Amino acid sequence: MLLNQFLLLGAFLFCAGVYGVITRRNAVLVLMSVELMLAAVNINLVAFSAYRAGDVVGQVFALFVLTIAAAEVGVGLAIVLLIYRNIRSSDLDDVDVLKG
Amino acid sequence: MVAQNVVFGVLAAAMAVSAIGIVRTKNIMHAALFLVVVQAGGAGQFILLGAEFVAWVQVLVYIGAVIVLFLFGIMLTRDPMTAEESLDNDLKWPGAAAALLLAGLLATVLIDAFEKEEIELVAPTYTRAITNSIFRSYIIPFEIVGLLLLAALIGAVVLARRD
Repeated sequence: MLLNQFLLLGAFLFCAGVYGVITRRNAVLVLMSVELMLAAVNINLVAFSAYRAGDVVGQVFALFVLTIAAAEVGVGLAIVLLIYRNIRSSDLDDVDVLKG
Repeated sequence: MVAQNVVFGVLAAAMAVSAIGIVRTKNIMHAALFLVVVQAGGAGQFILLGAEFVAWVQVLVYIGAVIVLFLFGIMLTRDPMTAEESLDNDLKWPGAAAALLLAGLLATVLIDAFEKEEIELVAPTYTRAITNSIFRSYIIPFEIVGLLLLAALIGAVVLARRD
């Protein structure tokens, strides 16, 4: 297996996530796109861990990334829920109270 | 080696199609289910790379917990009366341009840097090696991540509580 096939897959998933973050207006879908980007990063970390045979640090970092992604989703969805409760919408374009 | 490349190809194709599905689908429920496919494919890739422990943690945490959180989030934040509105804003072409530029840049750099590097798997990683690394070299980050999870848990409860 080439190292590059995993890295290119990760790059593709990351770019799809970037596109989603830019174009989606529903807050839950933006969070999902961020998850996509984190999954792409994890593939890179584990691929490099396998490339440096016998070195598990990449996998340890992938576990840390997984944990922080889970925490991020929990807090993120709580914030989305709070916004929805206040303005009855999960559309990010409607969150413009601070706009001058 | 051929078998591994075939498995990689099948998983990668499924993941790529589902990733496009997440960012393009018109149905928000389908996006959550596409995310399941991407994460399961990622777990498959980890097994292919010999990282069994990370793969099963990915299955437990993502497919078991995060997706359920997302489904609850979708259920709680959707107003059935206004469910027909568009999920996208009008930045489709700038977004596509940014993503394509980034993809081109990353592909160029990666192909330039790692064109012929091979992954030679001798044996799958033992979970023992990972835990040794966590509990010896990375014990302080591990404790900090535990504290972060606790803080996130309390923060989520405080934010979402009705008072």
